[in-house]
Amino acid sequence: MKVKMLSRNPDNYVRETKLDLQRVPRNYDPTLHPFEVPREYVRALNATKLERVFAKPFLASLDGHRDGVNCLAKHPKSLATVLSGACDGEVRIWNLTKQKCIRAIQAHEGFVRGMCTRFCGTSFFTVGDDKTVKQWKMDAPAYGEEEEPLHTILGKTVYTGIDHHWKEAVFATCGQQVDIWDEQRTSPICSMTWGFDSISSVKFNPIETFLLGSCASDRNIVLYDMRQSTPLKKVILDMRTNTICWNPMEAFIFTAANEDYNLYTFDMRALDTPVVVHKDHVSAVLDVDYSPTGKEFVSASFDKSIRIFPVDKSRSREVYHTKRMQHVICVKWTSDSKYIMCGSDEMNIRLWKANASEKLGVLTSREKAAKDYNQKLKEKFRHHPHIKRIARHRHLPKSIYSQIQEQRIMKEARRRKYVLRHLTLSQYSFLTSLISPKTNKKLPFREVVYVLLLYIRDVFEDFSRGLFSPFFSVMGEAMII
Amino acid sequence: MERAPKPGKDVPPKKDKRQAKRKKPRRYWEEDTAPTTDRACPGPPRNKKRNQELRPQKPKNTHILKKPRISKKPQVPKKLRKRTNPEPERNLSGAQDPFPGPAPVPVEVVQKFCRIDKSKKIPHSKSKTRNRLEVAEAEEEETSVKAARSELLLAEEPGFLEGENGEDTAKILQADIVEAVDIASAAKHFDLNLRQFGPYRLNYSRTGRHLAFGGSRGHVAALDWVTKRLMCEINVMEAVRDIRFLHSEALLAVAQNRWLHIYDNQGIELHCIRRCDRVTRLEFLPFHFLLATASETGFLTYLDVSVGKIVAALNARAGRLGVMTQNPYNAVIHLGHSNGTVSLWSPAMKEPLAKILCHRGGVRAVTVDSTGTYMATSGLDHQLKIFDLRGTFQPLSARTLPQGAGHLAFSQRGLLVAGMGDVVNIWAGQGQAGPPSLEQLYLTHRLSGPVHGLQFCPFEDVLGVGHSGGVTSMLVPGAAEPNFDGLDSNPYRSRKQRQEWEVKALLEKVPAELICLDPRALAEVDVISLEQEKKERIERLGYDPEAKTPFQPKPKQKGRSSTASLVKRKRKVMDEEHREKVRQSFEQQKQHKQKKTKPFGAWPSALDRFVR
Repeated sequence: MKVKMLSRNPDNYVRETKLDLQRVPRNYDPTLHPFEVPREYVRALNATKLERVFAKPFLASLDGHRDGVNCLAKHPKSLATVLSGACDGEVRIWNLTKQKCIRAIQAHEGFVRGMCTRFCGTSFFTVGDDKTVKQWKMDAPAYGEEEEPLHTILGKTVYTGIDHHWKEAVFATCGQQVDIWDEQRTSPICSMTWGFDSISSVKFNPIETFLLGSCASDRNIVLYDMRQSTPLKKVILDMRTNTICWNPMEAFIFTAANEDYNLYTFDMRALDTPVVVHKDHVSAVLDVDYSPTGKEFVSASFDKSIRIFPVDKSRSREVYHTKRMQHVICVKWTSDSKYIMCGSDEMNIRLWKANASEKLGVLTSREKAAKDYNQKLKEKFRHHPHIKRIARHRHLPKSIYSQIQEQRIMKEARRRKYVLRHLTLSQYSFLTSLISPKTNKKLPFREVVYVLLLYIRDVFEDFSRGLFSPFFSVMGEAMII
Repeated sequence: MERAPKPGKDVPPKKDKRQAKRKKPRRYWEEDTAPTTDRACPGPPRNKKRNQELRPQKPKNTHILKKPRISKKPQVPKKLRKRTNPEPERNLSGAQDPFPGPAPVPVEVVQKFCRIDKSKKIPHSKSKTRNRLEVAEAEEEETSVKAARSELLLAEEPGFLEGENGEDTAKILQADIVEAVDIASAAKHFDLNLRQFGPYRLNYSRTGRHLAFGGSRGHVAALDWVTKRLMCEINVMEAVRDIRFLHSEALLAVAQNRWLHIYDNQGIELHCIRRCDRVTRLEFLPFHFLLATASETGFLTYLDVSVGKIVAALNARAGRLGVMTQNPYNAVIHLGHSNGTVSLWSPAMKEPLAKILCHRGGVRAVTVDSTGTYMATSGLDHQLKIFDLRGTFQPLSARTLPQGAGHLAFSQRGLLVAGMGDVVNIWAGQGQAGPPSLEQLYLTHRLSGPVHGLQFCPFEDVLGVGHSGGVTSMLVPGAAEPNFDGLDSNPYRSRKQRQEWEVKALLEKVPAELICLDPRALAEVDVISLEQEKKERIERLGYDPEAKTPFQPKPKQKGRSSTASLVKRKRKVMDEEHREKVRQSFEQQKQHKQKKTKPFGAWPSALDRFVR
C-alpha cells in the first residue's frame, strides 16, 4: 500500500512573528473562484458608483479680477503659472500651486481682447481695445522699476485676438484682417483678408507651424498659410464661430466653437463636412481648448457650464457647473492634461480636475493597481444598462435641464414640419390607404396626421443616422406594390 | 528543435563548422527526430507529459499560443526569427543560453485557464470591432499562459492511495491508513461517540477548518476540528433536522423542528426565523449570501443573510422536500422529488429552470460536483446515476447498489461518496476532469450506525460522516484540493484576515437575480434581444434600414454614360448576384443529399424502428 495524505505544515502558512506580513498563498484555478463574471460585474458596478461618489472636480477659485475674465493663457514652460486678462484691461499672473496672484498689470484701457505667451516663456503679448499690441516680460520688474511693456505697437484698428508662432519670433493678430508680425518690427509683415468682416480669433497650428486658422463674424472659418500672402481655404457655417482650436496631436484636425450651440470638428483636408458635430451645450459655445493628448477637448459656453468631449464622440463625457459660475468666456486645459481652468463673467478663474473622480497626489502601488483594475472593469461592463445609467448620470442646473427638454421639443417640431411640408398628395393618399386599407374612405385629416406622425417618428430615428433617403424611396416602392 | 540544426535536413554553412563539431547542449524536454538520442537519454518519468509542453515562440505544436486567428498585418517578427535561426543567440562571452526563450508551459494547464471558446469563429464585423476582438483574444491568451505559469508556485501535491501489485484499495481499512500516515494526518481520523443524541447531520465551514454537527435529539456543537477546540456545545431541546455554517464560522444556521434558528459561535441564539418553518434541508450560497431552505410544506425559500430578508419563496408543488443540494458552479438549487425527478431552481424564476427525470421511484439523494459538470443521484430504485449537466442532462453511467444510497457527496477533486445503511463507499475517477467510475470502489468503511449526513472537508483529505452513533472523521487520501487560495478561503487565516475578507465578500455580494444556469451569460452579447429589437424595428418601419441597397451604377464621365450602358451594368451585377445565389443553393442541396445518403449505407432493417 502506498499512501500519501495531504498534510500541511502550518509554519508554511502562518507568519512567524506579529511583525511579519501575513502569508497569502494564491491559487488561480477557476474552479476555486466560481461566479467570475457575476462577481466582476458587481465589482464594476461598485467601481462605477464610487466613481460618481468621488466625482468632486472643483478644486479652487482664483479671485482678484475686478471685471469679467476675458482671456487666459498658459505658460509654455511652467505648469504653475497662468495668465489672465480681464474686461477692465488688467492682466494678472497667477501661481496655481499657491492659488495666488503674483502680479497684476494694468495693461490696456478697455478690454484685454487676447493674450498669448512666447514659446520660450520669457515674455507675453496682449492686445486690447485701445488698438495696441503690447509685449511684456514674464518676470516682475525689479524693485523701483516701473511696470512697463517691452514693446508697444500702435495699430490703426482694434485687435480682437493674438497668437504666437510655436517656433519663430512671429505672431499673428486679428481684427479687420489677419496680420502677421515680426517681433522686431512695428508694422506687419503681411496682412490677409477674405471678405470684410471682423475676425474674432486666430490660431497657429502647433505641428504645421506655418498654418493659421481664423474665424470671422461673417460665419467663416478661414485657413491661411503664412508662407503665402493669400488665404488657403474657407468654410462657411450656419452661424458665427467664436473660436477654433487645433488638435495638438493631429495636425489636420481642428474644432470650432459655434454660436449654434454646437462644436464642429473639421478635417482640414476635407472641409465640406465636419468629421464630428459635438452637441450638448444649450447656448452659444464661447471657447474651446484641446487636452495635450489630443483625445479630448473642453468647451466653455454661455449656458454657464463647461463640457468635456472626446474627439470622436458627439456627446460630452462630462459637464462642470457651479451655482456661482456665470457665462464662461474662456477655458484652458493645462499642459499636464490633469486640470482645466475657466474664466467667467463673474471675475473668477476656476480650477477643475480634468478627470472628476481622480485622486490627486501620489498613489501607493496598491492604490494604483486597484485604480487600474477598476478602470478595466468599468470598461468591460460599460454597456450593461444599469452601469451605463449610473456612469452617464449628471446633475444639471435647472436652467440647463429645462432648456435641454425645450430644445428636444423644438427639434421634434422642426422634424415634423419638414416631413409634412415635403409630403406630396399621392403620398398623403397612400398613407390614408395604409390606415384604412379596405374601405379606402377618406379619414379626417387630424387622424391621418396623428398616425403619420407616429410613423414619421420612427422613420426619423434613422434620419439622424443619415438613412433618410429610404423613406421616400420606400414610399414609392410601396405604392408600386 | 528549431534552434539546433538537424543533421539530416540542412547542411550547416561554413561558418557553423566550429559549432557543429562541438556537441550541442541538449535538454531533456527537447524532442529529437533521431530515435537514437531518444533511447540514449531516457527522460524523467513525466517525459510524455513534458513532450506536450509548448514553447511560445514555436507556433507549430501549439494551438493555444498560435498567433491570433486573423492576422492581416505584416508580421515583422517572423523576419527577425529567420535571421537568428541558423546561429543560436550568443552573448558576448560566446556562451549559449541553454534555456532560450520563455519557460515552457503545459498545454492542458493553459487550457484550464482559457476562458474564450476557440471553436467559435470571430463574427464577421467591421474592421475596428474586429481589431478590438483580436486584441482581446491575444490578451486572453497571454493571461492564461501567465496564470498557467504561476501554477509552478503551488506548494502542495494532492494525496493518493495505491495498492501494491494489484491490491484492491477498497480492502484497505481505515486503521491501516492511520497506521501508515504521519501523526498529524493520523490525528485527523477520529470518532465521536454520541450514541444518546441520535443520528447526526454535519457541516464543514468553507475553509474546512471548522465542523458543526447537530443530532436529532437537539445536540448542537461546533468545533475547530483540526485542533479539536470546542467552540460551543448546546442542546436546543428540539429535533435538529439540518445544520449549516453561514459565510464564516461565526454564524450557524440550524433547522429545528419548527423554525429556523441562527446561532453564533458561542451558541447564543441570534435569530429565530419564523417565516422558514418545518425546514428539512439547508444550503448556503456563499457568493450570494443566500440561505436556501427546503421545507416539509413544499416551499423552497431563499433568505438573504446579509440583510435578513426573504428574497424568494418558491412553491415546488411536489409535496415534502427532503432532498436538496446546490450546484457550486452556478448556485442553482437541485431538489429531488418523490416522483423521481430532480428540479433545478433559481430565485429569479417562479418555475424550475429544468426538470430531469432521474429514477423510477423517488429520489433519495442528489449531489453536484464542484465544477458543476456532473450530478450524482440515487433513488428508491436502488440506482446510482451520474448525469452530465452541461448539455441535455444525459445520464453518463449508472449502477445498481444492493441497498441504494441514502446520502451522496462529491469531493473537491471529484471523488464520490455514497452512504448506504451503515456503510460508506467511495468511488474515484480516472482523471481529474472525468466523472467517477462506478465500477471500481476506491475506499469503503463500516460505521457504528446508519449514515445520516456526509460531507468531504474542503482542503483536507477527510470525509466527515454523521451517523446514529455519533460523528466519524475518516481519511480519504486524494479527496481535497491541495492548494487553497489565501484570499478566498484560507484555513489558516487570522481574525483580522477573516474580518477583512468578510467586508470584501459583502461588497461583492452577487445579486440573487443573477443566478441562472450559465453564470458566464452576463459577459456575452445579448443576441436574442438585439435580434428581437431589430425585428420589431423592421416591422414598425415597414422596411429594413440596414438592408443592402440595390446596386446603383455611378454615372461615368462624358459620353460613356448612356442609359443603355447604365442598364447593362446594373443587369450585369444583378445577374452575378443571382448566379451566386443559385450556386449556393446547389451546394446546399448537394450537402443535404450527402447527409441523407450516408447513414443508409446498407439495407434498412426492419428493426431500425426500435433504434433510439
